[in-house]
Amino acid sequence: MLLEIENVGKSFKGIRAVSGASFDVEEHAIVAMIGPNGAGKTTIFNLVAGVYAPDQGEIRFRGKRISGLKPEQVCAAGIGRTFQIVKPFAGLSVLDNVIVGALHRERNVVAARKRALSILEQLGMAHKAQQPAAALTLPERKRLEVARALATRPELLLLDEVMAGLRPTEVDGMVGLFEALNRNEGTTILLIEHVMRAVMALSRRIVVLHHGEIIARGEPAQVVKDPAVLSCYLGTEAVGGDEVQA
Amino acid sequence: MSQATPVTQVDTGSMPLSRAQLLGAGCVLGLLLLPLWANNYVLSIGTLILFLALAGQAWNVMMGFAGLLSLGHALYIGLGAYTSAALYTHYEIGPWLGVWLAALLCALAGVAIGALAFRFSISGVQFSLLTIAFAEFTRIGFDHIEWLGGPAGLFLKVQQREHIDLLNLRGPPAMFYYVALALCGGTFALCRALLRGRAGYYWQAIRENEDAARALGIPTLRWKLLAVAISAALTGVAGVFFAFYYNSLFPEQVFHISRSIEIILAPVIGGIGSLVGPVLGAALLTLLADLSTELLNALGSEIPGVKQVLYGCVLLVVVWYLPHGVWPALSRALGLGREHKG
Amino acid sequence: MPEPDLIANVVLTGLLTGMIYGLMALGLSVVFGVVRIVNFAHGELMTAAMYAVVLISTAWELDPLWLMLPLGAAFFALGYGLQRGVINRFIQRPEHSQLLLMLAIATILVNGLLMGFGPDAQSVQTDYQLDSFELGPLLLDKPRVYAATAAALTALALLAYFRYTMTGKAIRACADNHMGALVTGLPLKHLYALTFGLGTACVAIAGCAQMLLLDVTPAAGPAYTLLAFVIVIVGGLGSMAGALFGGVLIGISEALAGLFVAPSAKSMFSFALLILILLVRPAGLLGARA
Repeated sequence: MLLEIENVGKSFKGIRAVSGASFDVEEHAIVAMIGPNGAGKTTIFNLVAGVYAPDQGEIRFRGKRISGLKPEQVCAAGIGRTFQIVKPFAGLSVLDNVIVGALHRERNVVAARKRALSILEQLGMAHKAQQPAAALTLPERKRLEVARALATRPELLLLDEVMAGLRPTEVDGMVGLFEALNRNEGTTILLIEHVMRAVMALSRRIVVLHHGEIIARGEPAQVVKDPAVLSCYLGTEAVGGDEVQA
Repeated sequence: MSQATPVTQVDTGSMPLSRAQLLGAGCVLGLLLLPLWANNYVLSIGTLILFLALAGQAWNVMMGFAGLLSLGHALYIGLGAYTSAALYTHYEIGPWLGVWLAALLCALAGVAIGALAFRFSISGVQFSLLTIAFAEFTRIGFDHIEWLGGPAGLFLKVQQREHIDLLNLRGPPAMFYYVALALCGGTFALCRALLRGRAGYYWQAIRENEDAARALGIPTLRWKLLAVAISAALTGVAGVFFAFYYNSLFPEQVFHISRSIEIILAPVIGGIGSLVGPVLGAALLTLLADLSTELLNALGSEIPGVKQVLYGCVLLVVVWYLPHGVWPALSRALGLGREHKG
Repeated sequence: MPEPDLIANVVLTGLLTGMIYGLMALGLSVVFGVVRIVNFAHGELMTAAMYAVVLISTAWELDPLWLMLPLGAAFFALGYGLQRGVINRFIQRPEHSQLLLMLAIATILVNGLLMGFGPDAQSVQTDYQLDSFELGPLLLDKPRVYAATAAALTALALLAYFRYTMTGKAIRACADNHMGALVTGLPLKHLYALTFGLGTACVAIAGCAQMLLLDVTPAAGPAYTLLAFVIVIVGGLGSMAGALFGGVLIGISEALAGLFVAPSAKSMFSFALLILILLVRPAGLLGARA
């Protein structure tokens, strides 16, 4: 088991963002977290990534406790993440952004530049390498976030709504990229997503959050038919629809 | 702040020299040859420019590279100056040895202040105030330290000007000029190397977005403290030069906030975060000041304060119209392109 | 160990001085709370006002107390214009740009004064400057009492203005909730300028008060700026009561430090206090936890 989240809870000034959440992510798996806005998904990401420490419970990575570690230590352990609200290094070029990430594992700037370029090529952004990050569109910035995180050679990649704002063909492209990543390099992926097209295509397991609690989990086909899941999206009266619109 | 470097490194021997490299080489040559034709007065101006450029570059490391606005850098000038001066007057230890202790002390002081600030999440204006408070506290404190001369000052033995004693930095103006040039050039080379390497990338990342930097595995606290330490140490070195060049130290002068402001003027006007900025700013400011003094002398008046009013006006104009300093605009105008960072 | 009478005297003197400090700091605090600009030229403006007092007082043989209202009004206009014309353009700029702008203005002001008046100290003479009130064993200088009373009254007037008038409340609204103020259509530029004008007026009146007690040199500018910052940080950035409280606190502690330690070291204590507060409680003693 690569990532174990055990009975984790977190409150902010009296509001319980996450309570009693437990789930595991196996190595080489692709797991999606879905749920309405405010369900606590990003909070769980932040707990795993070390932005906050959980009020209760424990998070383990490769059997070792990581809850309470600082973000840079979590990255060093092998977890990379993107941010829901993108945080590019706006004053730097696209390439330099990725070089910063690559420097985590590469010995020097020359090696980091090489790695950064190859990642940008993988993501189809090599032609934008010299542009300032501030000049990118939002979908491009999201891809830059992914490129940067990938540059740190993570074993587990946390993707926070990276498909938002993409056209269907672009979504398919990203899905293909992540599938290839998972297949070729064995990268485990945990993603938060609202774009169901991507969720259904990528993930082999889904975890559903609502009001900070996990209300369903399992294979995609089962989860989307689960009445509890449908009612939290569509309301109890509308339960029974064919396709879940996130 | 990064001028993006081209994907392929530009250093093959067969390529013609770029404009920037030519210009740079020309400046260096000019600086090296200056003492051959300049009189003592011109040399003193040159030395002052180099000193301000040195201190400005040192300050720039903290501001331009780590994004921390220190308005109390006089603290390190003072610590460096007094440490080396005390070692020389009380223990006969020359500046080349004394500078190491001075730099170390300054680095420690910087790290202490930085650590306090970071530990308690002080940034922005409050950080600036914190730096001012430390400098002022030390200024008043040193006024009460008799062993260092107190308010009456600490004086170094001045020997004949013609005899060059490099070991103790006693000698003619030309000697001081070359020492200042070496220090300034060395700092420039150091900053350039830092900017191009891991440190440069990490510092800029931290400056742009610290959260994102941490998510990429950068231990931001450590790197910020490193910037502070380097900045403080280099400023301390400038302080050592100050002590041996001016030969007299008064807490009121050395630690004063006006000195802190003097230090930041050059990089702010030249261009924060760039390599050439502080040097250019120092040159512009000093020449401007000198011109105005000459002008006033010609008009027959010697009013104190004119120089600083001019500084203030230049600062105002630059902050208003050229918030990134003179260098970016100048380099564009000279067509120097984006071949090197800074 | 000094006698209790002496200590009481010193404390009372410090309290009175603190009133003036408080008024000075009030100006800074109000400006920061509303306009969110850190006015590094604060003390320099006060010094300019003090020099104005010297000029007018000696030329027309007027007591500085009479100059409080007219000078306050004049500096209000100056502050209003400064904000509207210059500082407003920097509201959106990064913090260090604003700092540098105010630093530039401060430098020009201080050295302009140096050019105009020279480095020597100047002061104002009043008839009663050597008189004092006797309160049992305590001896209070008349000038100090007058100055402190004037300062306190001004501060109270300002507080009343902010509490009871529509414009005053509008200004406080800006401070409390910038976005809300924008959304409800308050004329921000005007209110900012008004606030800055009030802050400058405070400083002018405080300057008049100070002239009753001390002499002035151009170098006092930065010193007053720093002092104002110490007070405001200690008392609480953006808190009016905090500024007054901080002023009195610093006034008394400086006086006591002058008594128990060397007089020249009394500012050291203030700076140490500043460092402590910045680290331990950056919101200040009376400031709201942002």
